Amino acid sequence: MDGLLALYIFMLAAFTGYEIIAKVPVILHTPLMSGSNFIHGVVVVGAMIALGSADTVVEQSIGFFAVALGAANAAGGYVVTERMLAMFKKKEA
Amino acid sequence: MSLPLYVQGAWFLGAALFIFGLKGMSSPASARKGIVIAGYGMLIAIAGTFLVPGLKNIVLMILALGLGGAAAWISGQKVKMTDMPQMVAIYNGMGGGAAAAIAAIEFARGDVHSTVTTVLAVIGALIGAISFTGSCVAWAKLQGVLKKAHRLPAQNAVNVILALTAVGLGIAMVVMAPAKPELIYFFFAISLILGVIVTLPIGGADMPVVISLFNAFTGLAVGFEGYVLGNPALIIAGIVVGAAGTLLTQLMAKAMNRPISNILFTPMVAASSGEAISGTMKELSALDAAAMMRYASKVIIVPGYGMAVAHAQHKVWEMTEMLEEVGVEVKFAIHPVAGRMPGHMNVLLAEAGVPYDKIFDLEEINGEFGQADVALIIGANDVVNPSARTDKSSPIYGMPILNADMAQNVIVIKRGKGTGYSGVENALFFTDNCRMLYGDAQPMAGEIIQNLKSMG
Repeated sequence: MDGLLALYIFMLAAFTGYEIIAKVPVILHTPLMSGSNFIHGVVVVGAMIALGSADTVVEQSIGFFAVALGAANAAGGYVVTERMLAMFKKKEA
Repeated sequence: MSLPLYVQGAWFLGAALFIFGLKGMSSPASARKGIVIAGYGMLIAIAGTFLVPGLKNIVLMILALGLGGAAAWISGQKVKMTDMPQMVAIYNGMGGGAAAAIAAIEFARGDVHSTVTTVLAVIGALIGAISFTGSCVAWAKLQGVLKKAHRLPAQNAVNVILALTAVGLGIAMVVMAPAKPELIYFFFAISLILGVIVTLPIGGADMPVVISLFNAFTGLAVGFEGYVLGNPALIIAGIVVGAAGTLLTQLMAKAMNRPISNILFTPMVAASSGEAISGTMKELSALDAAAMMRYASKVIIVPGYGMAVAHAQHKVWEMTEMLEEVGVEVKFAIHPVAGRMPGHMNVLLAEAGVPYDKIFDLEEINGEFGQADVALIIGANDVVNPSARTDKSSPIYGMPILNADMAQNVIVIKRGKGTGYSGVENALFFTDNCRMLYGDAQPMAGEIIQNLKSMG
């Protein structure tokens, strides 16, 4: 990828992350940490690409490991975040 | 590598939905919707990846996805809310491990060409590996598998030497590219060990900040490996999380009055325990406590982790509802570090059914203690210690606290006379308007409820 273009993406993404979190109330910090944990679970996509190009047994083993870990990050992160956020409710009328 | 438009589109959509989702998660009302939106983003991104032309090892891939996904899904459904911090830690560590593994494959294949790519791949691998093993140690500590903090002799020196070695090996990999396999193995081994060694001496109370830091690490690692793979979705998701996680870590460290460098490099010392405190702690009965609150017009409850450990939150909410029925205004005051992570107490209260509009942050509620008839402190200690405001020799001096001492009366439910985790004596307990109710939070809350019932 064009290095300079990537640098722009880095910068804008960093600002976005900072801005989103800066306005979050403390009561959401734990779910948010968990939620952002889920989002970097997208590493599973990278792991799939890496495994998808693996040739030797060593590469395949590491790739398998990477995809399994990435999938666990994404699935686990989603479940616990959703469970926590499902509990936040206003007083029922 | 030029990919078909539908693959690129899926990744783009995924990245966009992540940001929408994260934005949604920034307010309690839309938070649930936010995580679901981000979830769809993830499914779309994964589905799109299967359409990458010439993808090999598809069977292996589906197997790994199913295995990792199912194991985490099931464990995530079963975990108790009090155990949430270590669960977040372990899932986060896995993400870091995945990022490091991606780098390992790219190096093994010799797919890393330009210097910039190599540098980013090395940095991503290093912090991903640290996050992986470090998070595993964090999990083991909070889960109680590892009981005590292990400190090596000259711990800080060992940390620095290991870190320099890892960085040196990383530089060697950039300079001598393409690196020999031995160098690659050595680099990864040192990086993995570094994560363990750095995390081992850190005490359980500081662990939330460390987990948050590793969360930011994993985000950055994912972003850097995204660059190596030429995948903007990974870059965006990773860097957004990296930035957000860094800010969140700073907020937590600030709330605990512990600079991040202190947490990583020096143990909490209980050397000075502040000025000596004169006076006695005065006890009261559950009946008196019930009467005080029953005839109060405003009660503020300050819950601490001790309440959650005793599983008293349901009883406390039952008590709150009874008080509200007879016209008492009840609010919950949450210190930023109540529980094991910022916001953890809110989750625990939410689980007990406490609506979030009754729960208030430190800044929101501190002005109200003056008008409260009773401040009820349950399983909290350091966060209400007025020495933090007044006693410059106290180790917790400067930490923002809840001004419970300003209430007309203070009732403290506490198991015994011991100090909080900081090891500091709490001046609040010795003041004239403070009464102690010794016992486990759950049976005590139960007794108060019984007494409230008999009062009608």
